[in-house]
Amino acid sequence: MSIRAALGQVAARLVRSRLVVATAGILLAIAALAVVGPLLSPHSYLEADFDRRLLAPTLADLHLFGTDDLGRDLFVRCLLGVQVTLVVAIVASVVSLVIGVVYGAIAGYAGGRVDSAMMRLVDTLYALPFIFFVILLMVYFERNFLLIFVAIGAINWLDMARIVRGQTMSLKEREFVEAARLTGVSPGRILFRHITPNLMGVVVVYVTLTVPQAMLVESFLSFLGLGIQEPQTSLGSLVNNGVRQMEQAPWVLLIPASLLALILASFNFLGDGLRDVLDPRSRER
Amino acid sequence: MQQTGALRFALMRVVSAVPTLLLVISLAFLMMRAAPGGPFDEERALPAETAANVARAYHLDETLPQQFARYMSGLLRGDLGPSFRYPDYSVSELIGGALPLSLQLGTLAMLLALLLGLAAGISAALVRNTFVDRVLTGLALTGISIPIFVIAPLLVLVFAVELGWLPASWSGSGGQARLLLPVLALALPQVAYITRLTRASMIEVMESDFIRTAKAQGLGMPTIVRSHALKPAMLPLLSYMGPAIAGILTGSVVVEQIFGVPGLGQLFVRGALNRDYTLVLGIVILYAALVIALNLVVDILYGYLDPRIRRR
Repeated sequence: MSIRAALGQVAARLVRSRLVVATAGILLAIAALAVVGPLLSPHSYLEADFDRRLLAPTLADLHLFGTDDLGRDLFVRCLLGVQVTLVVAIVASVVSLVIGVVYGAIAGYAGGRVDSAMMRLVDTLYALPFIFFVILLMVYFERNFLLIFVAIGAINWLDMARIVRGQTMSLKEREFVEAARLTGVSPGRILFRHITPNLMGVVVVYVTLTVPQAMLVESFLSFLGLGIQEPQTSLGSLVNNGVRQMEQAPWVLLIPASLLALILASFNFLGDGLRDVLDPRSRER
Repeated sequence: MQQTGALRFALMRVVSAVPTLLLVISLAFLMMRAAPGGPFDEERALPAETAANVARAYHLDETLPQQFARYMSGLLRGDLGPSFRYPDYSVSELIGGALPLSLQLGTLAMLLALLLGLAAGISAALVRNTFVDRVLTGLALTGISIPIFVIAPLLVLVFAVELGWLPASWSGSGGQARLLLPVLALALPQVAYITRLTRASMIEVMESDFIRTAKAQGLGMPTIVRSHALKPAMLPLLSYMGPAIAGILTGSVVVEQIFGVPGLGQLFVRGALNRDYTLVLGIVILYAALVIALNLVVDILYGYLDPRIRRR
């Protein structure tokens, strides 16, 4: 079967999977709204108006989601929060993807003692409550965006490493790898030019599952006040602020909370659906 | 023969947990030392002599190996050093004051999660593909997607603010009732996972040959479930206990924050926000030790119940 035919088949299966189409649609819509919405709104995320604190959602003056305790427009702040949360999660996932693919591919290709030592380390790290180490990092170092990316990426690579290792082990026995080896291609080149490209299908599926995990970590940190700092915001800090206002103004909590839950659920369903489409065997798990 | 195998397996596990714990402690300690600036940098500048005295009092003037040796030897005696932000207390005293409440909260939440999750999972499996099953699995899937720091405030909003049935915070005169919401909030995400796991493994067991035999012998459904299906169906659950413990630990940080429970989680967040290095370091080490120890117990139990695992 040619590559084009195989891709066509996958595409057809993707379109037929209503779950994948629906959740991908929801996510794209939210992302588009997060980018475009703040530009269309007459308010900025910074502008505080003390005469208009804790307004309920209203069409007047276009406070579509109402205002927070400082009179800032919640619509714009929520969308900014979505932007920040998504960007952090995606960048962190890329970090974890790079670490996980390189580590897993090397372990799987090397095999033997190197492999078992490398995987022993992964097993060891698995047992640790990693989130607390991230908090430790946040305490010791100045809190900044870059650190959040790296810290979250650094905890999420373990799953990726395991999956990539398994795939590499089966790929390295295949004929095209053997052919490359016989024609004298160096191990590094075999690994990153011949094997890694063939891993991408699996990797893409698992990235849709690491993105929500990274979102969760970021919003958890921001919720505790250890992540994104004011006046910047993320869905986690918005929920935290909402908790303080919920008795007088429940929407300040409910709107960012439901946005976060909706995005997380969509990613989880999308990942599940993609896995079913691209990797039918995993359905039996 | 079987007994010695299980014993050897248990011993091997205990031995392999020690380097993990050492790795955790050194990593956490080194990270602290690698941080730019000292713990007292943010306060107004002290006279050079006072600064030197402070540094000496907290042994900040020693070399790294000396500090590490001092910390480790203290750790062996249960001494985690002085707190940097509560000068009158040692870290061990602060932790000792907060730990019992968090342990109570965590244990209750775990028991509740097991009870609700098992009940929901088994019922869903027995009435597979009916309306009840769909409702239960749908609820479980939703529960997995909602983070605990959203579930907890929602519970407060519904049961404390709107309905007024339960106290919302710790400070009021709630008595034992004030435990209810935090325990529920802590348990719910785990209930979702346990329900899904139990349902899946129960379905698998109910389709196996020995259950068909039991049915063919004319045993009633309650007997089959109770004395044949339940035990093998619960085995996969055991391997989920590790992640569940970690989840409840992490969740307790959030839940204690929201409900104002003066436990370890709240102490941890306060320490983190105040940059109380030694306090945060001590709690992280305690958390890690707790997770490693409980995982060890689960592992050994698993090896005991399922001999196949020991061969790995």
